[in-house]
Amino acid sequence: MRDFARRFFASDIWWSYKSSPLVVVASIITAIIIFSSVFATYVAPYNPFDLTQFDLMDSLKPPVWMADGTSKFLLGTDDQGRDVLSTILYGSRVSLLVGFFSVIFAMIIGIVVGLVAGYSGGWVDAVLMRVADVQLSFPAILIALLVDGVARGLLPKNSHDELAVYVLIVAIALSFWVQYARTVRSSTMVERTKEYVQAAQVIGLPQPLILFRHILPNVMGPVLVIATIQLALAVITEATLSFLGVGVPPTSPSLGTLIRVGNDYLFSGEWWITVFPGVALVILVLAVNILGDWLRDALNPKLR
Amino acid sequence: MKLKSLVIAGVSALALSAVVAAPASAKTFKFAFQGDAQSLDPHSLNETFTLGMLGNVYEPLIAYDKNMKKVPGLATKWEAVSPTKWKFSLRKGVKFHNGNPFTADDVIFTWERMGSEGSDQKARAGLIKSITKVDDFTIIVETPVPNPTVLNEMTVMYVMDKEWAMKNGAMKSSSPKDAGRDGSYATTNANGTGPFMVQSRQPDVKTVMVRYKDHWNKNLETNIDRVEFTPIKQAATRVAALLSGQIDLVYPVPVQDWNRLNSAPGVKALAGPEARTIFLGMDQMRDELLHSSVKGKNPFKDVRVRKAFAHAIDLNAIKKAIMRGAATPAGMMWAPQIQGFNAKTNTPYKYDPAMSKKLLAEAGYGDGFTVTMDCPNNRYVNDEKICQAVASMMAKVGVKIDLLAQPKSKYFAKVLAQGGYDTSFYLLGWTPGSMDVYNVLNSLIVCQNKEKKAGAYNLGGYCNKRIDELTVIIASETDVAVRQKAIDEVAKILQDEVGYLPLHQQPLSWGVRDGVKAAQRADNVLDYRFVVMP
Repeated sequence: MRDFARRFFASDIWWSYKSSPLVVVASIITAIIIFSSVFATYVAPYNPFDLTQFDLMDSLKPPVWMADGTSKFLLGTDDQGRDVLSTILYGSRVSLLVGFFSVIFAMIIGIVVGLVAGYSGGWVDAVLMRVADVQLSFPAILIALLVDGVARGLLPKNSHDELAVYVLIVAIALSFWVQYARTVRSSTMVERTKEYVQAAQVIGLPQPLILFRHILPNVMGPVLVIATIQLALAVITEATLSFLGVGVPPTSPSLGTLIRVGNDYLFSGEWWITVFPGVALVILVLAVNILGDWLRDALNPKLR
Repeated sequence: MKLKSLVIAGVSALALSAVVAAPASAKTFKFAFQGDAQSLDPHSLNETFTLGMLGNVYEPLIAYDKNMKKVPGLATKWEAVSPTKWKFSLRKGVKFHNGNPFTADDVIFTWERMGSEGSDQKARAGLIKSITKVDDFTIIVETPVPNPTVLNEMTVMYVMDKEWAMKNGAMKSSSPKDAGRDGSYATTNANGTGPFMVQSRQPDVKTVMVRYKDHWNKNLETNIDRVEFTPIKQAATRVAALLSGQIDLVYPVPVQDWNRLNSAPGVKALAGPEARTIFLGMDQMRDELLHSSVKGKNPFKDVRVRKAFAHAIDLNAIKKAIMRGAATPAGMMWAPQIQGFNAKTNTPYKYDPAMSKKLLAEAGYGDGFTVTMDCPNNRYVNDEKICQAVASMMAKVGVKIDLLAQPKSKYFAKVLAQGGYDTSFYLLGWTPGSMDVYNVLNSLIVCQNKEKKAGAYNLGGYCNKRIDELTVIIASETDVAVRQKAIDEVAKILQDEVGYLPLHQQPLSWGVRDGVKAAQRADNVLDYRFVVMP
């Protein structure tokens, strides 16, 4: 363990990390956001998803530093009397949850498709990649909307609320897998001609074993970089879907839902309902993006 | 070369804009509402906005003016020839938009069509027993019983051309659920006698109407030639469109935005009391709720549960926090503007969560239960917010509400008769088209009765035999004092049994550009006939 730590602190990655203050700040912010949303139950002053915990008479209170603000609600309250700060913490939990799982799901689909296409070549490759091309020609948000719409049509109405988060995850994953498939495919095509793969083929290993045990570890680098950047995109897509009203139910808001609700109050002066969740979303996405960019540069020997 | 093509492009763009601008100097009135009309078929949905918009294309025999006084429409005069018989003289020389002449046959056909399967106007059609043609321009309308309000109800009986309907296979009305699918021709095409014709329509995107030059009334107040209607669901977007000058009139304007509109230059808020009562209904007819955690029985059949709901909802908090003070908490299902209203019976239920909990415990639901609530999110003022608030208030007494807030097209298709009353707990608003209490009673309060076409909007199936008897009296009683006594008795029973949970009367809330004149009617209908552009 100590050995590992020493090797880590001596590595190029650590050096490039600590030499860029921007990246350090971004990683700290990301860590804080992830920590506070994972432990929102303990960090947040209230539980905005618990309908008994807020009161309509507390609604539309401004942030604490404004004239009518109270120290009970640091960032003010929304139209239902929910504490905006707590709602942001719980909301970013929903956003991150959807982001993480949709990225993992998309990654799995993408890697499998990419490995199979790159390794098999021929018509399998052609078919899979044309499907990917077709999907690339649509904006991701359209595909997510389509999947979401179909799912809502198929699922019984009563289970919409409980299943909304899963539907979102699947919808976003299905619109994001192409990037991974493309990347993995091209790396696989390079790898499959190398000696170690040929050796594995010669000794008669089954194809799945070659794909996942031998080739996969060598193509994971770029996949991780994409995953980081896609995480930011997935959070934005989720926010967009929820903003459009097809995401999570209004009683358990994500960042996008919060921004949508607050949007109704922009003209009437209650700016805090939409601005704070908006700022939180921007900071989260920006920080994750900076980390992703840095990771890409750090892992790419040509840029060093 | 590059410069030259730029100049050419610039010149042609200018020329093009000049061409486009020319017809725009004809007066175009642009307005936005939060949803779209659900159909162009005037008989397929009994909903205020749909009927209001179609009232510019189709016309009734008797119309409302801007103060909701009855004025001649397609009939020039009417008189009672006996307590149950009215004689109408029809207007001569009226032509439908396609050029067909308007005659008595069209009126009779319209009445039959309103009573057809798939029509949402069956209750109104049921108010008339028969229509007899005397000659092409004289008819006798007979009601089953003496009916003091039938003339009011006739203001939304929009006359359709029989020949046109026959030619296009639109003899029967079709429900909005079928619109766009294999619905009848009339759901997507219109041919009335009104002062405006539908020129183009993309549902939920844009509807353009143009002035019908051969309209019989040459003295209309309006000076507009063209109407562009755009549904804008997002309230903030709607208000922004008004503020930026893209739109001449928007409604509804969120009550929280009134200050903003009045302080902005060039626009103002138009506000007034609306006769619409917003209320909650509960399924009291099924033995087991369709959408609830309680199995094998229906908690809403127990009056204690209904009372518990009534005492758990804080109307004043809704008024103050959601409606910005611009609502009137209600104790009864009809508004002060409605004929038959009595302030004495309008006391709202007391807000008392402790009593509510006690009642629930007595009824055997001490641990609470879960029920799904259906709610529109683009129909009434702050409808979804009200539902969320109700969910939060009910949570405090232990009842968990799963909120299903949907756009009105989906909402209505689910909860109304056409959707099989598929709801357990819902929010609805009602403005009696006739401005008389009888319409409320016959649509919402009396027991559901398909043959009598009564109680069609009594979605929860509330039923009390005594109220049914009283409603029969109210329908035909001409002595005001006797009638009022019956109405008050209905109010008393309704309140004691908690048949419904009235919330409030919402305000009318419009926003207009300076100089645009429009009549804001208490039924929240925008009649283009009274729109005057600067």
